[in-house]
Amino acid sequence: MIAHSVFFYVFSLIAIISAVMVTVSKNTVHSVFFLILDFISISCLFIMIGAEFLGMIMLIVYVGAVAVLFLFVVMMLNVAEQKGQWFSSRWDGGTHIPIGLLVSLIIFFELIIVIGGWKYKPDLLNSLSIDISTEVTNTRSIGNVLYTDYIHLFQISGMILLVAMIGAIVLTYRERAGVKRQSYVKQISRERDEGVDLVEAERNKGVKIDA
Amino acid sequence: MLSIGLGHYLTLAAIIFTIGIVGIFLNRKNVIVILMSIELILLAVNINLVAFSIFINDLSGQIFTLFILTVAAAEAAIGLAIIVVYFRNSDTIRVEEIKNLKG
Repeated sequence: MIAHSVFFYVFSLIAIISAVMVTVSKNTVHSVFFLILDFISISCLFIMIGAEFLGMIMLIVYVGAVAVLFLFVVMMLNVAEQKGQWFSSRWDGGTHIPIGLLVSLIIFFELIIVIGGWKYKPDLLNSLSIDISTEVTNTRSIGNVLYTDYIHLFQISGMILLVAMIGAIVLTYRERAGVKRQSYVKQISRERDEGVDLVEAERNKGVKIDA
Repeated sequence: MLSIGLGHYLTLAAIIFTIGIVGIFLNRKNVIVILMSIELILLAVNINLVAFSIFINDLSGQIFTLFILTVAAAEAAIGLAIIVVYFRNSDTIRVEEIKNLKG
């Protein structure tokens, strides 16, 4: 029990500090690295609380794919000259900082009030849909319902990923001049008469092919 | 203090959510950091869902977290593609200089 709480505090402290560092660090590459650290510590929390499958998926999807995507974009775009500029604003002279902090503080206190004041609906425990069974693993119980009860949502999320992939490709695709490309239509529609040239060769003179 | 309950997880999620909102408000550096703040906010929502799912012993919260993960990945890909196209067209992704909509 004590080890559990110690690990909870350690991981959540790391998560909060790295979330702050994502926001305030001056170099965007450092922000991405702190985002990775944040996701790792939160997935450790998930594994600790008993949602192992989601913890592992967080590691694979976020640390393995999304964070690398962010890193690629940061390194592809030339944002190096903006390194030194922090929250400084060129036009309003920094008046957005107190306003932003005030609004965020209000949101935070609203959330804290909600956390302190809520309670379960009386008949909640009777209306639970899928109990977590202790006999099978977390991954297996998720699979049991994901491919049966939630199959349509699962298919739709696959469609969303497909649309996102096509959208990203279409957005970033550009036609460049001077690049030699394969023309499938030209290749397939080529006939024997265009490809082969029959030449009458004379003796002792060789063949001269005019270009 | 020593036994970790639902309130601890909800408080952690609230703190991370607020940090994400602060990042969106205060950031004047570039748009990529705003996208990262959105990822932080979605992460906080995921923490809430998983914590509730574990503490009231119902699996549907974890299923929803899975779908949120899917949508967040799609959103990050599309957002980054838009940023790349914008940078190619106008040579900057500073938040202050993106003002074509005159907002």
